[in-house]
This record gives sequence, structure tokens and C-alpha cells, in this order.
Amino acid sequence: MPTKIEKDSVTGTETTGHEWDGIKELNTPLPRWWLYVLYATIIWSLVYYLLYPTIPGIAGLMGYSQREELVERMAEARARQAGSLDRIAAAPLEEVKADPDLLNFALTGGRAAFADNCAPCHAAGGAGRPGYPSLADDSWLWGGTLDEIETTLRHGVRTADDDDTRVGEMPAFGPDELLDQGQIEVVASYVLSLSTQAAGAAGEGVELYAEHCASCHGGAGEGGREFGAPRLADQIWLYGGEKADIVAQITRPSHGVMPAWTGRLDDTTIKMLTVYVHALGGGE
Amino acid sequence: MTDQASASSSAYNEGVIRLLVIATMFWGVAAFLVGVLIALQLAYPVLNLDLEWFSFGRVRPLHTSGAIFGFGGNALIATSFYVVQRTGRTTLFGGETLAGFVFVGYQLFLVMAGVGYLLGITQGREYAEPEWYVDLWLTLVWVVYLLVFLGTVMKRKEPHIYVANWFFLSFIVTVAMLHIVNGLSLPVSWTGTKSYSLFSGVQDALTQWWYGHNAVGFFLTAGFLGIMYYFIPKQAERPVYSYRLSIIHFWSIIFLYIWAGPHHLFYTSLPDWAQTLGMTFSVMLWMPSWGGMINGIMTLSGAWDKLRTDPVLRFLVVSVAFYGMSTFEGPLMSVKPVNALSHWTDWTVGHSHSGALGWVAFVSFGAVYFLVPKLWRRARLYSERLVSVHFWIATIGIVLYITAMWVSGILQGLMWRAYDSLGFLQYAFIETVEAMHPFYVIRALGGVLFLIGSLVMVYNLIRTARGDVREEAGAPAVAPGMNPAE
Repeated sequence: MPTKIEKDSVTGTETTGHEWDGIKELNTPLPRWWLYVLYATIIWSLVYYLLYPTIPGIAGLMGYSQREELVERMAEARARQAGSLDRIAAAPLEEVKADPDLLNFALTGGRAAFADNCAPCHAAGGAGRPGYPSLADDSWLWGGTLDEIETTLRHGVRTADDDDTRVGEMPAFGPDELLDQGQIEVVASYVLSLSTQAAGAAGEGVELYAEHCASCHGGAGEGGREFGAPRLADQIWLYGGEKADIVAQITRPSHGVMPAWTGRLDDTTIKMLTVYVHALGGGE
Repeated sequence: MTDQASASSSAYNEGVIRLLVIATMFWGVAAFLVGVLIALQLAYPVLNLDLEWFSFGRVRPLHTSGAIFGFGGNALIATSFYVVQRTGRTTLFGGETLAGFVFVGYQLFLVMAGVGYLLGITQGREYAEPEWYVDLWLTLVWVVYLLVFLGTVMKRKEPHIYVANWFFLSFIVTVAMLHIVNGLSLPVSWTGTKSYSLFSGVQDALTQWWYGHNAVGFFLTAGFLGIMYYFIPKQAERPVYSYRLSIIHFWSIIFLYIWAGPHHLFYTSLPDWAQTLGMTFSVMLWMPSWGGMINGIMTLSGAWDKLRTDPVLRFLVVSVAFYGMSTFEGPLMSVKPVNALSHWTDWTVGHSHSGALGWVAFVSFGAVYFLVPKLWRRARLYSERLVSVHFWIATIGIVLYITAMWVSGILQGLMWRAYDSLGFLQYAFIETVEAMHPFYVIRALGGVLFLIGSLVMVYNLIRTARGDVREEAGAPAVAPGMNPAE
């Protein structure tokens, strides 16, 4: 194939003389700006190689190390909060609550910790979901004082990995044949009347409740915190307030589980969470 | 497909290319459809339907593999087979038989990979999800592909190898190397699907992103530059802007790209020196990448007016513009402080889609619009007007997609790093997820537009293949570059 160099009539540039399927190529020189920017990026890289780690084991003139940067910045962040954190660690919960500065710090820190660790179950702001109690009301399963909340946080509820965890279990009245289907319906109706405080409930329901339920849930349905037995004489329901829900719960109860946060979160964070949860609406 | 007789009378092997073009459009539409589905699943999680095989995690690789390997891969094989014959004035090495094996074998690879994803059979390596038995099959198909391409180059009747073929060859060879090394794994049993990688820890991560980044570099960049180097000069009927630039930017891309993978692993346990390597080579890659853009766009010197009248050329040229934007954005995001903000956010997703939709898909659309009248022996496309409609719908779709992901990604990055005055994180993770919702809806809308555009294209191509011509006022009867007399 003979090479046939031509001059392109539009640009005035010569072609290389090759042709493939009708395609020719101009012999345009490299654009100057293109070449200079390429050189600039190469020079920039060479300078960077001097300043920053480039050869394994050699730090570079800046002495930079990503690990050290992380350690330093974490230390800076901790140092910024150290004063308040140390005071919270040292002070009893009541004192944290009473000091406006510490309270503000604990509420802010507690909110951040709550959002990442607690909200997945208890929902944003502790609003609760079916099966996961609301923390923003004054109905407490295991107690709503600062100490009681802290204990629940530290040891969890019905969790296998903590010996001091909160324990309470309601019998499965159906499968265990403690009550027959008809009796369960009757007790459920009575429980419902407790919550609506409808007058005139009497007869078999009262007797069955007194015999099977009152020891934990209280004679008037006021609840029993030592067993985590919910108050029945209100309109707050963990597993639903329809009669069918109550029948289901008596027959084969659901039991919630909460992890023990000791070891997962540090003590100071747990204290801040305690203060935050206490302040959500129903602290005692 | 109806006139095999006239096809066989061609000097070149074209039957298999027609099948590959059909496969390109089939996988393209399928991948866009699945993309719209997973975009909607992100905006409305209820659409996961609580079915494991329909959930985001299983369907997402179906989208990425369908788009990259189904749509992109078939477009690359089709155009490389077409271009290497025309620019070498010779038929395919091994003829329709070997090329036909590549076609059938490649589709089988895609089906085996896709079925596996839905069943939960995956290596969990991004863009390399297929398990060992699919990998082995693809290796065989790929070696035959290399054989066909290289054999054809070697028996060419032109003294020189055209630049498009340099890019195609580098793509085929490098992808083979990447695929084999990253796929090294030990099956648990010869009758089971599960295997474990030979690598572990940070070496495993680096191998995977050496593969992943160069899948972008050699599959989605080098290969599609091969498409650009043939179809833009053909459609514009102008000589390539600069032969010298094509040499320099080819070799500098080949040399630099292969080292840039560590930029996917900044601020991880990857050693500092390896991060330095990834960042600087990404920055130095900026101009070599732009060499292709300059050569693509400047080839239009003296033919700029054709952009007004030729929507196929518009697809090709705008694809190069998106290529230029993405290859500036890439080095920018590879600078460590920028990456600290952008990494793991939607910005990355937007970046990959400005490349995938704007560059890869647009240049493929342009090539397919060029090819179909040629391959089916038609004087022109059924409708230039519909090409224009497709162009505008798809462009608006891309703009919605990219801008939504820019805003969403930067917002996400800023929310993740926001601290309050006492030094606590300002936002919980779930709050940042909730803030993404409107952008996910806009992104899905962009995807819907892109999908509609591709359906307009399929309709146009089917009518073209059937030999229909739409009467269009004001349009030239035969568009430039559409002359069938070759």
C-alpha cells in the first residue's frame, strides 16, 4: 500500500497517508495545553512522592501516616469532650440531672447514642413500635427512675449474656393448659374492661383474673415492675389492644428481648443515655 | 434476519454481528428495566416484596452485569467484529463458526450469571459476582474471542493496524488478565456452586479493586474508545483529528490506568504507599483520558454543522462530552480529601452513571444506529426524527439522574461528617437515609426516561430492519453517512 500524504482542505493539516475503510488521519501535533497539563500532573505527582509515603516503610518529608492521623484526630475529639465526660463519669445521676451544663451535655450525647443504638427498635425519639415499648410515656415495664433505667440499660431484658438481666415470663396459658379457650376469652374481656375502666365487670372473669393474673399484674391491673408485668389499667398496649391481640398474648405470650449494653457502650455513654431516656417524657 | 441470502453475499462476516446487535439491544433494555426497578426499590423499599430473589441485594448485580456485560459486552463484540474486518479488509479469522461460538457462549455466560444472582449464587465481588464454574466458561469464550480478533488483525490486508483495533485488542487482552487473576478461587466441591477466593484480607480487597477499576478502564473506556475511533470519523466523514495524539494517549492510558485501582480503598487498612500510588496515577490519568475526548470532538472540525441535522452524530459527540466530564470527575474524586467526602455516597453512583449512561450507552446507541441500516442493507434508518426524540429523552434522563446523585451524595457526605457544638454526631444514619428519599425518586424518574428512550430506539430499529421508511418533512431523504453503497 503506497502512503499518500494529502493536505486536508478544511484545516490545512497534512494527513498521515494511511487509510482504512475510508478513514484518514490528520498529523496534527499534540495540543500544547494538553501536553503542559499532562506534565503538570506528573510534576505534581513527583512532588507528592517526596512529601508523602511512597515507598513501603518510608514516611516522606511530611512524616504523614494515616494511622497516626486517625489516632491524633480521635484524641483531639476526645480531648474536646474530656472535661464534661469526666465530670459525668464521676457524678451520680441525680447530680448530672441537676447541673444545667452537664444535663445539656448528657442530653446531647444521649440523643446521639440513642439515635444509633436504640432507635432501630424503640424508634426515633423513643416513640416505640408494636412489641418495642415507647420510652416517651409514663408507663414503665421495669421502672422509670434514673437508677431503674440505668439498670435496664446495663443488663438488658431476658438476654442470655448477662446474669443480672431483667427476667420475667408469663406462662403460656393455652399450650400449658392452665386455661381453656373459653376461659381465655373471658379473662381477655375482663382485661379489656380494666383498661377502659368499664364498670360492672363481674363473675368468672374477676375470679380467673384474681387466680391467674393478679399476682404479677396487680389486683386492679396496676402492673408489677419486679416481673416486668405491664400495667393493664391503661390504654397503652405493647402487643396490641384488640381483644384478639389480648387473647393471643394470654394463649402464647410474646416476650421482648433487649441486649445488655455494658461492654457494648462505655459507662459514661450509658449514663448519658439514662439521662436522655429519663427526659423523654415519663421519667420518675 | 429475513434476508440471509443478501447478507451472505457480503464480502464480510455479518450474520453473527446482526445477532450481536440484537443481543446488545435485548440486554440493554433488560438492564435499564432492572435498573429502574432497583432505583424504585431504594426509594420505596416495599417493592422488595419480601421475596428473597426479588430483593435489592440479588437484583442489583443483575442490573450491573446486564448493563456492563450484557449491553456493553455485546456492543463491544459486535462493533469490534465489524470494525476489525472493515479496517483490515478481511473476513473474521475462523469465520462465522468461531464467531458464532463467541456469540452463543457469551450469551450462555450472561444467562448462567444472571440465574445465579437470583438464586443467591455469588462470589460477592463487585462486577465479578459469577461463581467459579461461570468464570471458567467465560474464560474459554474470551480466549476464543481473542483468537478471532487477533487472527483477523494478523490476516489483515492493510499495512497498518487502525487505532480502533489497538483499543479493542488492549481491552480483550487486559480483561482476560483481570478476569483470570481476580477469579482465582477454590471450589468447595466440583459438584457445588460455592468457592472461596485465593486472596484474603486487604490483598483480597486490592485484587478486587485492581480488577474493578480496570473493568472500568479497559472494558468501559478502552473498548468504547475503539468504537469512538471508528464510528465518529465514519459518521462525520472527516479524518481523525490527530494521529500523534492517538498514539500518546493510547499508551499513556494503558500504562497509567492499571495502577489506579487503590483509589477505591482510601482510608482503609491499605498501606499509605499503595494509596499514594492510586491517587497520583489517577490524577496523571486525566490528560491521557482527555486525549480521546479531544480526538473525538475535534474530528468534527469542518463538520460541526452536521450536529444540527444528524442526530446519530449527536449521540456520538455528546457521548464523548460525557466521557470528558466523567474522566475529569474521576481524578477529582481520587484526590484523598475529596474522596473523604465522596466515598460511599451517591456521588460515586452518579459518577459511574454519567460514564455508563452518558458515555458507554450513548456511544453504543450511535454505533448501533449506524450499524443497523448497514447490516440489514437499508438505505437509511426508519426515522431520524425518532433518533432525535430518543436523544432528547435520554439526555434529560441522564441529567436528572446525575444531578440528583450529585446533590444526594454531597448532602449524604456532609451529614455523615456533621458534628454539633459539643462534639457529638449531628445525624443518625437513618436520618441521612431519610434525607435521600426525594433524590431517589428523581433518580428513578431519570431512569424511566432513559428506558423509554431505549424503547423508542428498539421500535425505530425494528422498522428499519423491516425496510420501512418514515416520510419526514424537512429531513433529507438520505442522511449523511447513511449511504449503503459501500
